[in-house]
Parts: sequence; C-alpha cells; structure tokens
Amino acid sequence: MAMNYNAKDEVDGGPPGAPGGTTKTRRPDNTAFKQQRLPAWQPFLTAGTVLPTFFIIGLIFIPIGIGIFVTSNNIREIENPSKECEPYRRNEDKPIAPCGAIANSMFNDTLELFLVANESDPTLTLIPLKRKGIAWWTDKNVKFRNPPGTESLKERFKDTTNPVNWLKPVYELDPEDEDNNGFINEDFIVWMRTAALPTFRKLYRLIERKNDLHPTLPAGRYYLNITYNYPVHSFDGRKRMILSTVSWMGGKNPFLGIAYITIGSISFLLGVVLLVINHKYRNSNNTADITI
Amino acid sequence: MGANDVSMIKAAHIGVGISGQEGMQAMLNSDFAFSQFCYLQRLLLVHGRWSYNRMCKFLSYFFYKNFVFTLVHFWYAFFNGFSAQAVYDTWFITCYNLIYTSLPVLGLSLFEQDVNETWSLHFPELYIPGQHNLYFNKKEFVKCLIHGIYSSFVLFFVPMGTIYNSERSDGKDISDIQTFCLIVQTSLIWMVTVQIALKTTYWTMISHFFIWGSLGFYFCILFFLYSDGLCLMFPSIFQFLGVARNTMNQSQIWLSLILSVILCVIPAFGYQFLQPLVWPVNVDKVFDRINHCKTRPPQVRVRTKLKHPSLRRSAYAFSHKQGFGALITSGKTTKTKPNKKNSFPVKK
Repeated sequence: MAMNYNAKDEVDGGPPGAPGGTTKTRRPDNTAFKQQRLPAWQPFLTAGTVLPTFFIIGLIFIPIGIGIFVTSNNIREIENPSKECEPYRRNEDKPIAPCGAIANSMFNDTLELFLVANESDPTLTLIPLKRKGIAWWTDKNVKFRNPPGTESLKERFKDTTNPVNWLKPVYELDPEDEDNNGFINEDFIVWMRTAALPTFRKLYRLIERKNDLHPTLPAGRYYLNITYNYPVHSFDGRKRMILSTVSWMGGKNPFLGIAYITIGSISFLLGVVLLVINHKYRNSNNTADITI
Repeated sequence: MGANDVSMIKAAHIGVGISGQEGMQAMLNSDFAFSQFCYLQRLLLVHGRWSYNRMCKFLSYFFYKNFVFTLVHFWYAFFNGFSAQAVYDTWFITCYNLIYTSLPVLGLSLFEQDVNETWSLHFPELYIPGQHNLYFNKKEFVKCLIHGIYSSFVLFFVPMGTIYNSERSDGKDISDIQTFCLIVQTSLIWMVTVQIALKTTYWTMISHFFIWGSLGFYFCILFFLYSDGLCLMFPSIFQFLGVARNTMNQSQIWLSLILSVILCVIPAFGYQFLQPLVWPVNVDKVFDRINHCKTRPPQVRVRTKLKHPSLRRSAYAFSHKQGFGALITSGKTTKTKPNKKNSFPVKK
C-alpha cells in the first residue's frame, strides 16, 4: 500500500486510492459561498464615522425637539379637578350584557358646558358637544357590532340584564340615535379601549370648530355642570375634566420635545468629548511602538 | 498518524487527525481530519479563529436581545399593580425568537468575518484572543446584561412618556394598552435590528437580506395579524383589530421609536469606538495596522525592465557529439515554469 501511495493524489481524508482508479473527490467546491469568499462590505468604526454621527444626531435632534416642544406648548389646555365622593357600593347579579369587569366599570358621569352670556345677564348658552366620532373608526365599524336582527334593540337584548354598576341597560345608552345605541355606543367603545397606565385620559366629547370668523369658545365665563355618578374614592382615584386643542402630534405632551432636546444636547456633548479623547489618544498611539 | 495516537486525539479538546500511511484509526476518532499537516495552519488561524469570533458574537447578541425582551416587564410591573400584565401581544411573544430575530442571528453566525483569510494568515497574533478567552467571558456577559437592562429601561419609559396623558392627532385614544404594546414591540424589533447591524462587520448580500428582510417581514406579519379578516374570524385569539392601522399614521409614534432606538444604540456605538482607543488590547493594535494598510495600499514597486543588449544565458555545453551544443545554448533547457498562484485550500 505504501508503495502505491501517491503524493499527488488529491483525495483528502480518504484512504489511499487504488492504483489508477478514479476515486470520488471529496474536495469542497471552489465557489465563493463554500470557500467563504463572498463579496462583502466590511465597515470599520473610525473616528471619521463615529464623531460626525454624534454631531449630526445632536444637530438633528435639537431642532426637532424645539419644534415639538413649541407645538406642544401652543396647545391650550384647561383643567378642572374634581372632588372625591361617597363610597362605592356593589351587589351580585345574573346574565349581563355587556359582561366583564371593564364594561361594568364604565364611566358614566355627564358633563355639560355652558357659556354665561355676560355679567349682567345670567342666561346660559349650551355649547354643543358632539358625542359621535370619539371612538376609533375600526372599533366603531368593525370590532363592535350589535346582535343582528330586525327587531328593536330592546327586543334583541331581552334575555340579558344590565351590568351591576350600570344605571341604565345597554340599549338605552343613546335612545335618540340608533347608530350610537347598544354595543356600538361610542362612549362604551371608548371605555372598552383599556388603558395601559394607571393615569390615562379618554375622549368624552368633541367641540366642533366653527368657521374662522367666530371663535369656537369665545372668551368669557363658562359654567360646567357635572352629574357625578362615577365613584373613585374607594381606590383614591382622581377625575379631571380637560379642555384641549389638538395638533399633528396629539395633545399637550412636552415629553418628546424635552427628550429630543436633551438627547440631542447630550449627543453633541459626547461628540465633543470623544473628539478631544480621539485627538489626545490618536496622537499618543501614533508615537507608540506599533511593531508586533 | 498511527493508532497509538488515538487516545491522545480523544483526550484533546479538539483532535485533529491526518490521513496518511498508517491507517484510518486516527482519522476516524478525530474531530477534524485532513491529508496534509500544513492545512493545520488554515484550520487554526482562519477557520478556528472565525468560528470563535462568530460564536462569541452570537452568544452576546442572543443574551442581549432576550434580556431587553424580558426586562421590560420588570419596569412595567411598577405601573400595572404587579399584575404580570404583558407589554407585548401574545403573538409577538411567540414569534419573536422564532421568526423575527432568528434569521439575522443565523446570518451573523454563518458569515461573519473580522478580517479575511489573507490577513488572518499574515497576522497570527490575531489568534491570541481565542487562547485568552477574551471575547466572551464573565465580564463580557455582565456588560451584555447591563446593556440589556439599560435598553429595556429606555424601551419602556420612552413609549410610556409618549403616550402618558396624551391623545392622537384627532383627539382619540392613544394611551390604551394595545397601542402601547404595539409601540414597545416595534421599538424593540428596530432596536435589536440596529444592534445586530452594528455588530456585523462583514456584510454579504445574504446578511442584508436576512436583517432587513426580517424587519420587513415583521411589518407584514403585523398588518396581517391585526387585519379585519383574521380578527373577525377568531375574535378571542386575535384581539388587536385595527391597532396597526390606527397607530402607525401618528407621527409621535415614529418620533418615539427613533428616540428609543438612538438612545439605546448610542452607548454601544460610542463604546465600540472608544474602547480600542483608550483601553486597547494587543489585538486592537493589529486591527489598527490592518486598517491602516487597507486604506493606504502599499506602493506597488514598479519593476523596471532590465534592458540587455542581448539576452545572456549561462550555459555549459559538453558536447560528445555534434549537435548537442546548439540545443544547450538555445536556452530551452534552462527556462523555468511560471509560478501559478492559487488560493485553493486543498491544492498545494
């Protein structure tokens, strides 16, 4: 066997080939994929890439932050804190529509806003509050549906009872408007969109903008009438009524503006610090012995 | 190698057998087998080193992405009454490790190279980190953990700050749990994608496809899972109807996403730049030198053609017969074959 071994044999890992025989070669293919020579981009973080990045982040974030912050500050908001009330009462009951604790705890205070005409004349003008258009379109038209049928809503819900804490049954949430009654009542839908954090706000009503000649809420004294049904005392809850305008970035929320300005400034500062460090160490590295 | 070397091969961490004249025993018991001893150099300096590199990057990245994923719930616990309410959609939890982040990691561990094979062979010092366990040890793990904790902190509090007491641009709800889940999920996916993009130093087409493709795939699946059709067919399983559509058109969501990604990535980015500069190890100097050579290619020495008035050849001619002298002085017997350069790992 040793005599027949041929150094020029290209078979690796296999037994010495038979003299003159064609043994199958197990050599891996010489493709770029298999020989790990794929064309590639090999980035390397140098001072030339990293330092400008920090400065660019700073330069971009700070104006964005200022823009957002200014927009947020332009949003006018009026708050009205409410007082705590009597203890919460509960009793047990049967088939409930809509069921569940979240539905049971539905918010049922009513608020009415009046404009006082002037100092001498105490007549109150009711500000029209729109009760539709407050829930997400997909919720209102797709997710929440009333039980099907042609008879009246009261008939369709006849074998159910209202949730324990509700004053009226679900088919009486808005008797005037068939499109806003039952499960598709927008106040109900808004409530069912469960909040993520313990402090949250929900849209109660919309005040429609009049044409630009007349201000929607002219300056003057206003009178807010609250029908206080919803008890929050038991869990130390607080209720607030907030009148707010909206913009492209939503309600008044200075967080993003401040965060952008802060991060932009920090980034800029870090860029400066790194520039100094780079200058100092790069010089010392160049003079150091790099021979290996 | 012979049969008496088998026990030595089996006892070693990695046993290498060389197929040869003394039978197949050694080869069959080894982890690697090849036919020439000189291939050992490539095995160690190129493939072994790459393998170590890939393994370490893979491990630290995998731990990092799972730390971020899980530790967000820790921060949320303070705000949800410790009720273990999840910050993600249940489908996201299922698909995260399986679908959204598996391909990029696979790409990283298959194709990653810090330097190519030529440089690996030229600088054997690059093998030292493997011997000294430099790229993944307890210290690296702790760094990974800290980075994960910090990222999860950002990942929770930036979306929370965005939606806290806030509304959509048309006044409707934005602070609901489903929107919050969506924001956190999407920020997380972007964040781990950018992190792996930073870690990858060898970008093949496949890497691009895996990384950006997984991101795009996430968005496709998102819109599919939150679509009307699916949610209406199985309302108890797919509950996030309409959330993607209603949230993705809000600019504050995208601003919050950009902010959380940049905030998470800046420390890693800065550290990756700062560490070789301020606390270099020997390997960093080698990399420095390699990059120096890459950016400034060595001057190609222009070979000046030696001009001879006539082509001289040395030749001795012993002629025992007439005619051979001419053959020898013609120069045919002294010409050398040109050197063929090939980079086959197998051919010599």
